[in-house]
Formats: sequence, C-alpha cells, structure tokens
Amino acid sequence: MKPGTRRAVGLVLTSLTALAAFLIVAVLVIILFNIAENGAAGVTWTFLSQPPADGMMGGGIFPAIFGTAALTLLMTVAVMPVGVLTAVYLHEYAPPNSLFARIVRVAVVNLAGVPSIVFGLFGLGFFILFVGQGMDRALGHEEMYWAQPGLLWAALTLAVLTLPVVIVSTEEALRAVPMDHRTASLALGATQSQTLARVVLPGALPGILTGAVLAISRGAGEVAPILFTGAAYFLPDLPTHLNSQFMHLGYHTYVMATQSPDVEATRPLLYSTVLVLLLLTFALNLVAVIIRTRTRRKAAGAH
Amino acid sequence: MEQGLSQPLVAPSLSPAARRRQLREKVIAGLITLMAFTGIAALILIIIFVAKEALGLFLDAEARHEASLSKMFLAQDVPAGRPAFRWQPVSKVPKVSMIPLFVGTLKTTVVSMLVAVPLGVFGALFAAEFAPRRLRELLKPVIELLAGIPSVVLGFFALMVMSTVVKDVFHFDRPLNAMLAGLGLALAIVPVIFTVSEDALTAVPRSYREASLALGATPWETAWKVVLPAAAPGILAACVLGFGRAIGETMIVLMASGNADVISWSLGDSARSLSATIAAEMGEVVVGSPHYSLLFFIGVQLFLFTFVLNLMASTWTRRVVRKLTGGAA
Repeated sequence: MKPGTRRAVGLVLTSLTALAAFLIVAVLVIILFNIAENGAAGVTWTFLSQPPADGMMGGGIFPAIFGTAALTLLMTVAVMPVGVLTAVYLHEYAPPNSLFARIVRVAVVNLAGVPSIVFGLFGLGFFILFVGQGMDRALGHEEMYWAQPGLLWAALTLAVLTLPVVIVSTEEALRAVPMDHRTASLALGATQSQTLARVVLPGALPGILTGAVLAISRGAGEVAPILFTGAAYFLPDLPTHLNSQFMHLGYHTYVMATQSPDVEATRPLLYSTVLVLLLLTFALNLVAVIIRTRTRRKAAGAH
Repeated sequence: MEQGLSQPLVAPSLSPAARRRQLREKVIAGLITLMAFTGIAALILIIIFVAKEALGLFLDAEARHEASLSKMFLAQDVPAGRPAFRWQPVSKVPKVSMIPLFVGTLKTTVVSMLVAVPLGVFGALFAAEFAPRRLRELLKPVIELLAGIPSVVLGFFALMVMSTVVKDVFHFDRPLNAMLAGLGLALAIVPVIFTVSEDALTAVPRSYREASLALGATPWETAWKVVLPAAAPGILAACVLGFGRAIGETMIVLMASGNADVISWSLGDSARSLSATIAAEMGEVVVGSPHYSLLFFIGVQLFLFTFVLNLMASTWTRRVVRKLTGGAA
C-alpha cells in the first residue's frame, strides 16, 4: 500500500470507530433529553404525593413510588447477607482452585445471564406455588394467604435476580483489601473470623456498598420478574402486609403506555412517571460511582 | 485436622477457651460455605421449578392431546386445508405452534445484533485504541449510564418516540413492528457488547502494540491487525452475551413489537417473541391448564438457550486471558 492510501484507510477507520462511539452517546443524550423535556413540567409535589385519580388519567404516583421503595428495601435486606457471605466464601475461605468454588462461580455467572422473565416464572413456581402453598397448609389457612402474588415474593424473586451483582462487586471489594492487612491481623493472634469482621469487611465496606447500590438500581427498574409475582395495576391503598400486592413505577409505566384508553391524554403523566423512575435509578448509579471513585482515590493515596 | 486412628503421642494441650474458639471458627466457616451454596442452589431451583410447572404438558392426558410436541413444532392442517403454524392457545380449538414465536424472536434479535455489534465493537475499539485518555474516561461512564436505563424505559421510548420515526423512514404500515423492537433491543445490548469488548481489548498487553509499532505499522494497522485479532475470543464472547440478552429481554419487545403471531420475514410486520408471550399471557392463565404449562415450557427453552450461550461466552472470555498470558493463568 502506498503511504497515502495507508494514511487514508487509517483515517477512515479511525473516524468510523469514533462515529460509532459518538452515535451511542448521541442516542443516550436524545433519550434523556426527550424524557426530561416532556416529563419535567409534570413532576410537581402533588404528582409525587397523590395517588392516581380519574382512572389513571390524572393525579399522582405516590403509591407506585412507595411500592417501588418497599420492594427494593425488602430485596436489599434479603440479598445483601447472602451475596456478601457468598463472596466472602469465594475470596477468603475457599481453597484456591477448589472444585466447589469453581462451580459456585460458574453458577453465579450463569445466574446473571438468565432472562428476567424466567425469574418471574421461578418466583411464581417456587415462592408462590411451592413455598406459599406449603406455608398456607402448614399454618392452616383456609383461604389463600401466602400462596398469592405479594410484596414478599416479588422482593425475594428480585433478590435472586440481583444476587450475582452483589457477589461480583463484593468479591472485587475483597480483592482490593491488601493481603498485608490480613496477615498482620492473623500474626497478632486474631482468628480468621475476627480478621474478617474487624479488618477485611470494614476495609471492603465501600465496595460492598457500591454493590448494594448497583443491585438496588438494577432491582428498582426490573418489571418482567414482578409481572406475576406481586405488582398490581391500580391500588388505592398502600401495601400493608408482606403478602399485599403493590404498585410499581416500572409496571405503572408499562400499563399506562400499552393499556391506556387514551394515550394522548395520559402522555404527560406517563412522561413524568418515566422521568421519576429514571432519576431514581440514575441517582443510585451516581452514588455507586461516587463511592467507587472516592475509594479508589483513597487507595491510591495510601500507597 | 482429622488424624484418623493414629493418636499423636503428645496431645495438644489446648485450653478450653482455645478449643471453644476453634469450634466457633469451624462453625462460622461452615455457615459461610453453606451461604455460598445459595448461588448453585438458586440456579438448580430455577430449572427445577420452571420445568416442574411445564411437566403438566407431558403428564396430563388432556394437555398431551391439546399441546403435543408435534403440535408445537410441526405444521398442522387447518380447516382451510393449508398447513399452518398458529399460536392461539386460548381459541376454541387451541393452536399451539411455537414456530411463529421462534420466528419473531429471531427477527427482533437479528435486527438488534446487526445494529449493536458494529456499534458496540467499533465504539470499544475507539475507546481502547484511538480516543485520548480524557475522552475515554468520559465515554465509559456515559455508556454505563445507558446500561443503567431500565428496559421498561427503553420500551417506552421505542413506543412513544422511535415508532413514528421508524414507520416513516421505512414506510411501514404498522407503527409497531419487528424492526422497531429490534432497534429498541439494540439500545439494551449495546452497553453489554461495548463493555465486554473494551475489557478484552484493554487486556491485550502493551508489548503487542509496541512490537507492532516498532515494526513500522501505523496505529490503525496495529489496532486492526494485532489488537483486534488478539482480543477476538473476548469480542466473540461479548457478541454471544449480547445475543443471549436480546433473546431473553422481555419488556422492550412486549411494548414495541405489536405482538402478533404472524410468520413472515418482513421487518415491517408485527412479531411475537418467546419472552414477550410469557409476559403477555401468564397473567390471565388458569394455573395448571395446558396453556399455563406451555408458558413454563417456553421458560425452560429460554433458560436453556441462554444457559448454553453464557457457558460459551465465559469459555471464550477465559480463552482470551489464557492466550494473552501464554497459559500462565
């Protein structure tokens, strides 16, 4: 190739890759701008604090915000201990190259790839029909009490879904704790569990929090797994029990966008709902990024 | 440590406190190991309990008649005389052919891959090889942000904004079609392909690039003929991962595809995917009915498809590391 052609080909290729990167960013900007532009005016205090009115043609989205918050809170409580301890096993306790640890890792990777709708089926088949019915039978409920869609089952389904997120980010956090800290603690006569509780886990705390926040933001946006494990169209009352159904921002968006009798009339409300959901997930992601960069800076400063 | 039958000559003289401490350590280690079992257990429970509800199809005589495997996968004669594939499980004579669902899934997935693979891989190549450091450090979090958008929001955006544009640009009859769903899906899988490809590209050692440049190759030749081939297994893994994500993604297809069970290769027609079928129909189904078991059977198929794809992807990701470290890791 002549030098001139070589340079031209290089220029074309470089610009093509730059164009690809630019296109991705442009799409993101368009999405955000469109939603912010159409939704911002509707996000008022009334909108945030009132239940829907006029057959969802008016009013606000407070029950959906409350439902989303309750759901993700329960999910976090369920997923954190299991996820963190699994990562602790993999990084601190498992012998290197042990078969069991390898199988756990493969399981976690594959769990992350299971389609979210399959988690929904799992929640229905396992939590509601198996565990729920079993509990009703054991507790002697005449009517269905636990064997129906509800907050608890939806939260546990999401907990299984977000388990890989927590495990992977916790393991990363544990890897960032210097080996010296462990050996120093053990050399002073601390047992392994004391080292874990007083040295390793505190050191890994920012990373573990990052994982929690990422799991929450992922869980808060998922709709497919809660379609038949607990979300409801419209409920005038807030959920009061673990087996109550609940409203959810994502599900609300789906219902209003696809099943509203008059899409044009609900459009502004819909945009505002989407904006709230988006702000919520972005705020959580932002918190994760901030914790991560601060930890990195601290770690870099220590060396 | 168990010593078997051979007793040590001098028994280790542990104080009761030390022995208690040893016991406690063992209990804690045991509990943590038990927790680690949860990951495997979840995966096994998922397949067991989704398959268990699908089992009705094969055990129940009525279901076996209404939804046999041949009815699901082979052409059936309809009164009109022509063999047909229809998915109408709630009509008077239920028609349960899954072929339209496969076609619909394939159509939307292929469209999304055709858009997302070039965008994601080229974008990653730009970030890893050509972009100045500042720009690159900006690009990564921005694309992470795209990954953080819930799929229901992407579905909403496709439905509300992209549908009219796509309809006008391609002169389609329907606003909701396979093309639109595919483009919506592309938004969801671009970040996956970008991130994994970028990881694979940055994992290529500096020495490869320096050797290539020292031989007189230009930066783009180095990127194209040295770095890209070296990272190929990882990029393949990224594409397979994106493919699996596109097959399983539910809300975008549910909202943007139109959900009609037509078999056609036209991208302007509505499409119905496997995952969207579960989401759309599970709500109104009678528990234990053949239709109910059918939907779980679709779930089993989705699980198996994505499981195989994920295993492939993780094997290739490992291969890239082994190749680049010369088998040391």
